[in-house]
Amino acid sequence: MKLRTLLMGAAASLVLAPAAMAERGADGAVSIIMWQAPSTMNMYLSSGTKDIIAASMVLEPLASFTPEGTLTPRLATEIPSLENGGIAEDLTSVTWKLKEGIKWSDGTDLTADDVVFTANYCMDPKGGCAQLAKFEGISAVEAVDPLTVKITFTEPRPDPFSAFVGGQAPILQKAQFESCLGEAAPTCTEQNFNPIGTGPFKVVEFRTNDVITFEANQEYRDPAKPAFATLTMKGGGDAAAAARAVLETGEFDYAWNTQLAPEVLAGMEANGKGRVEAAFGSLVERIHVNLTDPSPSLPEGERSTTKHPHPFLTDLAVRKALSMAIDRNLLTEIGYGPAGQPTCNLVPAPAAWASDNTECLTQDIEGAKALLEEAGWVAGPDGVRTKDGMRLSLLYQTSVNAVRQDFQALIKQWWSEIGVETELKTIDASVFFGSDAGSPDTLQKFYADVEMYANNFEGNNPEPYLAKQTCDKAPGPENQWQGENTSRYCDPEYDKLVVELGKTVDLAARGELGKRMNDMQTKDSHSVIPLVYRGTASAVSNTLGGVMLNAWDTEIWNVADWHRIKE
Amino acid sequence: MLNFTIRRLLLAIPTLIFISLVIFLLLEASPGDPLGDVPLTVPPEVKERMREALGLGQAWYVRYGLWLKQFFWVEPLYWFDSLFGTGFSDGMQRIISFQSRSPVFDVIAQRVPQTLTVIGMSYLVGVLIAIPIGIISAYRQYSWFDQIGTFVSMIGFSMPTFFTGVVLIIIFGVKLQWFPSVYDTTLVVRDWDSFLAQVRQMVMPVTVLALYNAAQISRFMRASMLDNLGQDYVRTARAKGLSERTVVLKHVLRNSLIPVVTVIALGLPAVFGGALITEQVFKVNGIGQLLITAIYANDIPMVLTVTFLFAILIVMFTLIADILYGVLDPRIRYD
Amino acid sequence: MTDRERQQALDSAELVAETAGPAPVTGELPPDDPVAAGGETRSQWRDVWRQFRSHKGAMVALVLFLGILLFVSVGPLIWTLDATYVDIRARNSGFSAAHPLGTDQLGRDMLARLMAGGRVSIAVGLTAMVIAVTLGSFVGLVAGYFRRMDAPLMRLTELFLALPLLPLLLLMVTLFRESLSQSFGPAMGIFILIVGAIGATSWMQAARIVRGDVLGLKEREFILAAKSIGTPPARMILRHVLPNVLSPIMVAATLGIATAIITESALSFLGLGFPPDFPTWGRLLFDAVDQMVLYPSRVILPGLFISLTVLCVNYVGDGLRDAMDPRIRGR
Repeated sequence: MKLRTLLMGAAASLVLAPAAMAERGADGAVSIIMWQAPSTMNMYLSSGTKDIIAASMVLEPLASFTPEGTLTPRLATEIPSLENGGIAEDLTSVTWKLKEGIKWSDGTDLTADDVVFTANYCMDPKGGCAQLAKFEGISAVEAVDPLTVKITFTEPRPDPFSAFVGGQAPILQKAQFESCLGEAAPTCTEQNFNPIGTGPFKVVEFRTNDVITFEANQEYRDPAKPAFATLTMKGGGDAAAAARAVLETGEFDYAWNTQLAPEVLAGMEANGKGRVEAAFGSLVERIHVNLTDPSPSLPEGERSTTKHPHPFLTDLAVRKALSMAIDRNLLTEIGYGPAGQPTCNLVPAPAAWASDNTECLTQDIEGAKALLEEAGWVAGPDGVRTKDGMRLSLLYQTSVNAVRQDFQALIKQWWSEIGVETELKTIDASVFFGSDAGSPDTLQKFYADVEMYANNFEGNNPEPYLAKQTCDKAPGPENQWQGENTSRYCDPEYDKLVVELGKTVDLAARGELGKRMNDMQTKDSHSVIPLVYRGTASAVSNTLGGVMLNAWDTEIWNVADWHRIKE
Repeated sequence: MLNFTIRRLLLAIPTLIFISLVIFLLLEASPGDPLGDVPLTVPPEVKERMREALGLGQAWYVRYGLWLKQFFWVEPLYWFDSLFGTGFSDGMQRIISFQSRSPVFDVIAQRVPQTLTVIGMSYLVGVLIAIPIGIISAYRQYSWFDQIGTFVSMIGFSMPTFFTGVVLIIIFGVKLQWFPSVYDTTLVVRDWDSFLAQVRQMVMPVTVLALYNAAQISRFMRASMLDNLGQDYVRTARAKGLSERTVVLKHVLRNSLIPVVTVIALGLPAVFGGALITEQVFKVNGIGQLLITAIYANDIPMVLTVTFLFAILIVMFTLIADILYGVLDPRIRYD
Repeated sequence: MTDRERQQALDSAELVAETAGPAPVTGELPPDDPVAAGGETRSQWRDVWRQFRSHKGAMVALVLFLGILLFVSVGPLIWTLDATYVDIRARNSGFSAAHPLGTDQLGRDMLARLMAGGRVSIAVGLTAMVIAVTLGSFVGLVAGYFRRMDAPLMRLTELFLALPLLPLLLLMVTLFRESLSQSFGPAMGIFILIVGAIGATSWMQAARIVRGDVLGLKEREFILAAKSIGTPPARMILRHVLPNVLSPIMVAATLGIATAIITESALSFLGLGFPPDFPTWGRLLFDAVDQMVLYPSRVILPGLFISLTVLCVNYVGDGLRDAMDPRIRGR
């Protein structure tokens, strides 16, 4: 049924596509509902997916990833390669050619200067750029001529596609952001809310944490696109309400991240107004184990920092037992249905990088008990194991979300069976994932023993993602709590591998290294306990054509191609 | 009465300042202290501006004084400037939200219209329904009307709005498709069609909240009417041969309004404060949603400002209620 | 006091005695010496009870309410399944012998969850309501009766009103959640916190209402009369003022229970209430809202219990109010 609908939709879009794309703005209005409302349009100041999705309709990178995970040029004429000379023989530089005649939405030309400026903007040490990782290892970005940019690396780079590739690192307009460099970056309210871009849409009105109105960018390079004259992105509510607005009432055309119980979604789809699409990228629902001490008795600014190791989660046996006690198949079945697969990996794809680590897929409560017993953790009278006066008692936090609360209940029960006491805590999603590090309840602050959320990497190269787990990327006051190494995992061996990976050219060897690093974090150290390899699930109206959900880039990467399917 | 009003208005100023001080100290005492937490995200320069805006890093009384100055001096000057095109507020730091890095009052101004229309309308509807229901229920105590009224209002009050809201959405938004389930905050009423669209999107949130408010007010109305119906003056009035209508609507109702006036006066400031859950269910991103996101983000200037505006309204409405007591019952004197 | 005034006061006292006199079934005039009569409350409370029993709605409600109390207190002793026990094979089961009210999406027994949830919800509702109404009535009575106390107490009320419930709760939760859950355990700590917070932040309405009523009442003839015969303030308030403002207090109490139960669930909705594995009626209702279309019984059952509790309290309150009103009593 679902496949048929899909095929019909695809067929209809093929037939109608030429007609629909004949004229810009011919299809009127399209609406997107995001239950987490975007709070800024400048993704260089925010690590939130919600903000990146909103901004990706305005700001564009040089190249994007396709739903298959391959590269496709966007503002560039072609993808640089060794063959076309874009990548230098010694792998230390990459040269991008910009398409000719691309204009910003204010009518001025896009030039190589804008690209250079963007690099300077993000690489400014005082700017607190959230996407700095994309610019790591770059020694210089220069404009060779108005349409050519040369990025030079400090060391040979086998995979030079991080800066200006994918929705997280697009090009900003130099003229607009010139006064917002460095320390001034967060104070530029007007610029951060209404960036000028080259994308298919431009911002008409930005209401922070509420609604964004876009209209077609008249300067967009393809005169026939976008098919929609206006686009509304509404925020607020919850996932169920968002899914309902698309699948049941048909008020919205697209609902982002409708993470709900499979049976609830199936019930909504039965209305025949839309469907839930899933695309598998690299999203993994996982539990991060806090290797540092989150105890509230520590002074603020030292809690959950590397200064204080965790009293008992630093014991490998405990972490391993926690992982062994979990039945991932059941979690997937209950929580995600067809939009999930059980996994033991942090890097589940692409195939060359995915480790064959499957031993965790079978739940082993007895084994976990034996392991704890062996490690000296003895069950007390209340069933909770203790050792040297320490109780295996955990605070387990995650965002408010029906599926996650079910996971919490299930996992708590399994953990109680092996003698681990669990206290559950839930935090509102917009706070937990919020980019505001002022809140004590963000996932980076990690004032708990274990926390559960989902994360992925952009593009087909997990290297930057793996490189985020190095010792110096542990969140803390010194990096404004923006680090991505939430577990505070620190192994010099791992850091060495990161360096080695950065130097390795051969694809197969890179994959092997990646697998090793994945295994180090998962089955060797259990600092991260992967649970489910998740598809990105979004609800799409049956009247909306051209949607190609993309899990490798921002999911609405091809919003320019969206059009209305006429009945 | 005029004397009393003037005295109370004068007294309101120190009261309000004291209230703002308590709110400030409450926020100050909370673990989400902006100096300890928020500035870690932002670069030192902005931190400095935030320090200026909040006066952080100085003794608490200096910081508090600065906020007072911004609220009572810089902001009014800014409005004056934008009205008359003058430049008195140039170079002065307005109250800046930590969250969106935009002036607090700009965001509040953005949110007030939808809050006032939806929550205000629901309150109006609630009061208009509740008073007649309360009167009839009391006059015909234990009649079928009273029994049903009691039943419905108790159900209405005991059902949380996140539940009634979703039930309404499923029935009227999904099954019948009469009303939209998502409130469009950008809709501007220009003509008849957009007015109809506005009415349609308001029906469900207003119903949910009105039911809740009506349930509460009608209970107080009924109880108060019942108290008064048994009084001697009612017997006297009837004995005098006054019509039943005059007795109930003029004598009893007037004497029964005191608790109702109290409840309504207490409820009106909440109209401004917004209804968090209803706003969330129907995606009406008003003041309620603003306040809660600000609280989560430890956006102290935003929380302090919104809460203080709220306090002004409360003090105002309690004063109005006190004046109304005197109007309703001339025996009540404050002098 | 001039002679004329005294005469007026005596007249009104007579009037009060006359009108109140014939009402009781006993037909006795109120005792001359209220202090001595205090020993004879037997007859008064028996009257109240007799009147209460004749109020059918109130009696049914009382029986039902006791039933709910038994259900949540004794129920778990009979139905011993753990409310948080996950039996994944039995998930989403309908009404059956093993699970009379079915199970939820994780196979937790709904009957056990309703019992456990009810214990928390009723405890939260009643405790918070009692705190709020007692505090509110006290403040209202004192402010209304003693002119000198009016201004300071009402400014205090305004202050508390100005600190909106939610931010204050949030603040209390963030301030005390960790320390309370460390000293009393997560559940008990949150219980104390929620009850204290809801109670301490919802007394203002009762206070304002009671004060408003007292202001009017104070000028009534019978109060003047009682005052003129030298009744001390404490007895004035307890014997003459309080009974006459009882009905709005009853309403406030009834509504207070519902508000407290729902506020608790609203806090869970924001991730601030009880931990997610801790069932309460409000939470059960909230969790099941997404599945409303598929499994309507999961929202109907907790919703029914909340409404039933509130309705029962309301009718019992109505009955009590009627029973304690000497004018109606014996009618």
